[in-house]
Amino acid sequence: MSASSVAGEFNWLFWTLVVVCGTVATAIACVVIYSALRYHRKNENELPPPLPSNNIRLEAAWTIIPFFLFMGMFAWGAKLYFDIERPPDDALQVYVVAKQWMWKTQQLDGAREINQLHVPVGQPVKLLMTSQDVIHSFYVPAFRIKQDVLPGRYTSIWFQATKPGKYHLFCAEYCGTKHSGMIGWIYVMERQQYQHWLQEGAAEGSLASDGEKLFHQFGCANCHHFDGQGRCPNLQGLFHSTVHLAGGTTVLADEAYIRRKLFDPRATTVEGYDKDVMPDFSHQLTEEDVIQLIAYIRSLGPAPGSTIESSPGSTPSQYGNQPGIAYPGAPPILNRTPGMR
Amino acid sequence: MSTTVAVPVETNYLTEKQGILSWLLTTDHKRIGLLYFFSVTAFFFVGGFFAVLMRLHLLTPQGVIVGPETYNKLFTMHGIIMVWFFLIPSIPATLGNFLIPMMIGAKDLAFPKLNLASWYVFMLGGAVTLWALVRGGVDTGWTFYTPFSTTYSTTYVVGAALGIFISGFSSIMTGINFIATIHRMRAPGLTWFRLPIFIWSHYATSMIFVLATPVLAITLLMVCFERLFQVGIFDPALGGDPVLFQHMFWFYSHPAVYVMILPAMAVVSEIIPVFSRRPIFGYTAVAYSSVAIAVVGFLVWGHHLFVAGESVYSAMAFSFMSYLVAIPSAIKVFNWSATMVKGSISWDTPMLYAIGFLGLFTIGGMTGLFLAALGLDVHVTDTYFVVAHFHYIMVGGAVMAYLGGVHYWWPKISGKMYPEGLARLSALIVFLGFNLTFFPQFVLGFLGMPRRYAAYPDEFQFLHVLSTAGASILGVGYVLPLCYLIWAWKYGKEAGPNPWRATGLEWQTASPPPAQNFDTTPIVTRPAYDFEGMKEELHLG
Repeated sequence: MSASSVAGEFNWLFWTLVVVCGTVATAIACVVIYSALRYHRKNENELPPPLPSNNIRLEAAWTIIPFFLFMGMFAWGAKLYFDIERPPDDALQVYVVAKQWMWKTQQLDGAREINQLHVPVGQPVKLLMTSQDVIHSFYVPAFRIKQDVLPGRYTSIWFQATKPGKYHLFCAEYCGTKHSGMIGWIYVMERQQYQHWLQEGAAEGSLASDGEKLFHQFGCANCHHFDGQGRCPNLQGLFHSTVHLAGGTTVLADEAYIRRKLFDPRATTVEGYDKDVMPDFSHQLTEEDVIQLIAYIRSLGPAPGSTIESSPGSTPSQYGNQPGIAYPGAPPILNRTPGMR
Repeated sequence: MSTTVAVPVETNYLTEKQGILSWLLTTDHKRIGLLYFFSVTAFFFVGGFFAVLMRLHLLTPQGVIVGPETYNKLFTMHGIIMVWFFLIPSIPATLGNFLIPMMIGAKDLAFPKLNLASWYVFMLGGAVTLWALVRGGVDTGWTFYTPFSTTYSTTYVVGAALGIFISGFSSIMTGINFIATIHRMRAPGLTWFRLPIFIWSHYATSMIFVLATPVLAITLLMVCFERLFQVGIFDPALGGDPVLFQHMFWFYSHPAVYVMILPAMAVVSEIIPVFSRRPIFGYTAVAYSSVAIAVVGFLVWGHHLFVAGESVYSAMAFSFMSYLVAIPSAIKVFNWSATMVKGSISWDTPMLYAIGFLGLFTIGGMTGLFLAALGLDVHVTDTYFVVAHFHYIMVGGAVMAYLGGVHYWWPKISGKMYPEGLARLSALIVFLGFNLTFFPQFVLGFLGMPRRYAAYPDEFQFLHVLSTAGASILGVGYVLPLCYLIWAWKYGKEAGPNPWRATGLEWQTASPPPAQNFDTTPIVTRPAYDFEGMKEELHLG
């Protein structure tokens, strides 16, 4: 079964290799089997007539011809890999958190899902993935895609489904006892059906609105003011902008950067700000929390001064100068599975 | 090959000394080779037993015999035992140990006591690993991927890792011994380009032993340190990098694949000329291709990480290098095939195994080309396609060659012939059983069946049943030689010094050989496989 934009080319490359390798293997088999039958030893003392025991031209030929065949395979394989690894710009963003032994998928709008993901047909979908514990691997055979999901960092993969239907999602990297139970489904829907599905899930609130709640719950708003007067940088327009760091370097403010600021805040400091103000949240936030916060910060973009899009019900400026206590009511969220420590 | 002719001897290496201590304290490379032979055979059947349980379990989608925890331990222990306690020592430490001094006209290896020490170290490592197994087993997979192995697994990871760590020293000792022996102890006149290909391949294998094994040792120690003392190396929660482990592990373990296949190529390179009565075609290319595989084999480890978060550019570099390392293997296959053309081909058991090797290794190697193609690897990696691929190399390749080698040199080792008809039959059973077991797994992988699954969706059942049926046939093919070789040791007919009319120095002395191998040091005046030059001595033509 093949149902993605890269599956067609995958199949072409795969079957081309089957034909090329099959032809060569058949030729070798013919030589060996023919020799074994045709030159089968007739009597005990037989010694075949002497022949040259090497032939430079022949040997050069069977070194150089495979080399060029291999380079063709290499180039085609690399080209397909680039297609699989590089998402188009207009891709629908999906966040995936893997943990022993389930897949949690979240879109910017729509319901949180466990072991399933609903996507529209014909739409590029980009998955940004991380793991809460061990290494997992997001594998959809029908789409010919696979990407390991690592703890402590984001990896990504994309696909564009070409046929509506229900496709297996497997964990392909061994992850412990119930590895073989870490199976889900990708539901590829017609656009209208998908819109309908989105609306059904909208009651739960968007990812950004959950992130906004966390933003206040953890006291982020105390320092990150939206008027630029706080002790910490204004986060409006931060997402996908270029940040100037102390020391003169710059960094793109993508998901990985925001995650790192939360989990390892001392690693980088923004130019002009005090490096000791940002607390370390690595023991308080789950990977899902981080994704909600990222979605919120993402919703704060574009650059300051232009219209601010936000989730319904509140505007960021409402909280801009709100005094507060650090982490009011923050629950202790410990996300580590107790292991063999 | 040599101008000396064996004279009948009174005693041989088996009869010269008697008693259990004469074996446990022996420094004779032939006896140590046999000690290894018994040990790895035992490990092979332990590892095989786990494989049988797995295949039975996978008869139905939900699994028949065991729960997922036990299944995970089964494939882990199958991998650990087969890789480190059978495949890696199999040919080098048994046939290599037995034959290298004899093939180069030496009395023993350069360091006979180190050789004995290597067996004790190997057995100690094996004992520690078996202890971890008996205590409750390990469930990390033989690859010990972090942070699962260092933080999350609740099984005996440290015990198993320490067992492997210890046995690694035995590989290093064997490697050093072979390198020194091949450099310093060749008989007069035995120049590098008169050496049998067996020696070239074992020289390349030894280089890998010495250079790669320390990296595995360091990596496993790091796993133990992180697990026991929470030193942050691989677990991101402790500040480590989980992919670092994969780089370090495969820096050893990919070259280790060549440790398994180069000695198999060594055996096949001996069998095909003898059973075709023709010098190996393109000796120089075959010899150098072993060295090329060993060298380039160190630069391809990253092809295990194409979907692990590697950058696209390093993936490209590793893909390119993986295609390069395929070229010397292709050259060998072409040269072996060409050796048979217009030869005098016998259908004796060793040759049947060698021809079987040729077919299965070719399929295994060619499916490696699929895995080296970046865009294809994304889909088929971590599936049964990979399982089938490496079993074609390691079982279809290495084990077939090992069995071929055991049959070929059995007359030399034991002095007795094995029953030829039964041996041919079991070679055929192994070949058919192997293909029925593992070919369906290529299809399973292409269809998307991930590996290391204790249960699977219904649509994969038919192919799993085929595979299990094949495994039961394969099992018969492995038990048969065990039985008739033991029988032949006692009841087989006398072999004589050179039953195959082979050219190698090891056939110029009695079977079984005397403790000192040769009564007088041979002087070599000919290239290897010179049937034409030796036709008087061998009564050919």
